[in-house]
Amino acid sequence: MREASKDRLKAFLTLLPSMILMAIFVYGFIGNTIWTSMTDWGGSGSLALNPEKHFVGLDNYVELFTGFLGGGFRQDLVNAVYYSIMLLAGAIGLGMFIAILLDQKPKGEDVLRTIFLYPMSLSFIVSGTIWRWLLAPQGGVNVLPTYLGMEPLNFEWLSSTAAILEFNWQNLFSILLYVASFLLIMTGLFVFRKDGSRAVKRWLGPGIVLGAGTWLFGGLLPEALFMEEMHGFNMATLGIIMATIWQYSGYTMALYLAGFNGISQDLRDAAMLDGASDAGYYRHVAIPMLKPITISAVIILSHISLKMFDLIFAMTGPDNAETGHPALNMYLTTFRANDFAVGAAIAIVLFLVAATFIVPYLIGQYRQRRRG
Amino acid sequence: MNKAFVKLCVVLVAALLLSMPQAVQAKELTGDLEIFSWWAGDEGPALQALIDIYKTQNPKVNVINGTVTGGSGVNAKAVLKTRMLGGEPPDSFQVHAGQELIGTWVKAGRMEDLTPLFQEQGWMDVFPKGLIKLIGTDKGIWSVPVNIHRSNVMWYIPANLKKWGVEAPKTWDEFFAIAPKLKAAGVTPLALAQNWTANHLWESVALASLGADNWDALWSGKLKFDSPEGIKAWELFGKVLEFTNSDASSLSWQQATDMVIDGRAAFNIMGDWAAGYMTTTKKLVPGEGYGWAASPGTTGEFMFLADSFGLPVGSPHRDNAIAWLKVLGSKEGSDAFNPIKGSISARTDSDLSKYNAYLQSSANDFGKDRVVGSLAHGVAANETFMGGFASVMEMFLKTKNAPAAAKACQQLAKKAGI
Repeated sequence: MREASKDRLKAFLTLLPSMILMAIFVYGFIGNTIWTSMTDWGGSGSLALNPEKHFVGLDNYVELFTGFLGGGFRQDLVNAVYYSIMLLAGAIGLGMFIAILLDQKPKGEDVLRTIFLYPMSLSFIVSGTIWRWLLAPQGGVNVLPTYLGMEPLNFEWLSSTAAILEFNWQNLFSILLYVASFLLIMTGLFVFRKDGSRAVKRWLGPGIVLGAGTWLFGGLLPEALFMEEMHGFNMATLGIIMATIWQYSGYTMALYLAGFNGISQDLRDAAMLDGASDAGYYRHVAIPMLKPITISAVIILSHISLKMFDLIFAMTGPDNAETGHPALNMYLTTFRANDFAVGAAIAIVLFLVAATFIVPYLIGQYRQRRRG
Repeated sequence: MNKAFVKLCVVLVAALLLSMPQAVQAKELTGDLEIFSWWAGDEGPALQALIDIYKTQNPKVNVINGTVTGGSGVNAKAVLKTRMLGGEPPDSFQVHAGQELIGTWVKAGRMEDLTPLFQEQGWMDVFPKGLIKLIGTDKGIWSVPVNIHRSNVMWYIPANLKKWGVEAPKTWDEFFAIAPKLKAAGVTPLALAQNWTANHLWESVALASLGADNWDALWSGKLKFDSPEGIKAWELFGKVLEFTNSDASSLSWQQATDMVIDGRAAFNIMGDWAAGYMTTTKKLVPGEGYGWAASPGTTGEFMFLADSFGLPVGSPHRDNAIAWLKVLGSKEGSDAFNPIKGSISARTDSDLSKYNAYLQSSANDFGKDRVVGSLAHGVAANETFMGGFASVMEMFLKTKNAPAAAKACQQLAKKAGI
């Protein structure tokens, strides 16, 4: 007993320095940023040795989401959501596909693996510059067809102003409710297999009621803006998404390839003996077994997509509504416009979005450990 | 009693030392001098010319050229901010003259008043009165201007215009009259590049729409941005945008200028650094290879911007920095720097024979035109407004909603204290 408590004390003392450092430099600074985001630190005189700051509560957030000057931020936020979804789907899908191909042990697998993994080692600034040249409106990929004697393409990869899937930010509240009901229903469907009645009572029922209610009575909700403001998926972001997928699919490929190699050959032989086709083996055996890898890929890629900065900076420059991103906006707001409080508020919004990706995962892990 | 006497002595000696600046100056300067700027690329040699003069005057000073690249100082300003806030200012740094410095660093109490230097060097008489007013406040003068650029210039290739049978428009109405004709011939009437050049175009259009008096009233808070005049400026701007290229956001200003040179576009509105680009890089002869005019509707108005250097409080090598500022303001320094940089001297007594045809005409206009400050390049408004204006512009380029943009500007002005 005494031995054990001595060990515990030693362990605690060893961890103490890093705990203190973490407390100050991670959590303390997060707290400080939250505090800053609730002040009016900005405007002229904000750079004085002792700038005047006043507590203004959530004003900065209200301004960002419903105010007149926050339009750029709102478009950037919408962009970030589309970036994240496309990057996750693209990089994981393509990475998995390449991994499956390489898992067939083709000739020269090592060389191919190196080639696919190589883009990872480039910095975003370098790959951004290369892709900007490739996607220039009058050059790069657009002139490729001329080598085959065809007309050049005229798709404006990075400068298109067209957008699809547009929605009106005025309807912010009903959109949020739709999202909530969608999440409830999805969770319900997920739980349904395990516990049908609980799923219906807790998740499916409320989800459907919420969705239907919003659909029927959504018009009664207050409008977030006094004027129409359309945001959507800008076609100009396609070029940036392509470049990001190019850079990160090699990475997910490496993750999956390691996973596939870790599955014992016996299991594969057994599946084959039972008459599984190649496709069946991957669909029913290999990929479900690699769920932890998929989850870590989602977490890593989602936080990368949330802090996208240098790639966009190199490809389309800092001021570009069509391809903007909250991380860029945060930098410009803080360091160009000297609006420290609003910059901090954008940082906190990004932090919360990142948390929605990671916190469920952490909770899941924690529960698993307690059960195990 | 004794203590008081010692104190008195110290004060007297200090006063004596202060009253003998000549004696202090005679001492040879040593140590480092860090010059913080964003002059790289084409502008590097011009900066080097200044450093060379400084080195011959002060051979023992080790000059550190702290250049942070990036057009218009986008990156340099952020680096400077972190250094100043971290209590590690450079000895002297480049800044756009005007509100960009005054509304940011002067207001924060982080710059030294340079009035004594101006008086000592006799600069009060050689710099134009209007200019000194724009770089100073009632509390002092805050920077030494090195050059003057003009922002409201329209560029074209005379041979091309002749081919298409048009002339450089004097007003926007004339432009709208010839633009459809150009468009029909497959020529972009007005070449535009990425977002900041849209800000640049906006200020020329707004100046034409508002007139110089209203333009000044806008920045002193006497005219509201969402007044009918303000909205009209945005409407005119939207109309002008209809005649620009659609791939603007992916072009640099040089590429937009190339469009004019290649004959893919008829006109381009850009600051007079475009003259430097066309003369030096493209080897065109000013007046023959390329032509210029004041941007439509702004004839007789000179929208200016200036690069200048200031002295931050707590400059680590203050004496060296002051010697640097003296070089910048001198006739010798000014005339060494500006012909290379492609700008005109801020001094009224510069040697015009060193400058090319465009710069001579620009210097001539600067002497007689109505001088107004540029927004896109830091004279008219502080950084808070400029930072916000860039995002207002983004949204306008997307939505083309003039009243909304004007209203957003008004809110921004309130926030920026205009």
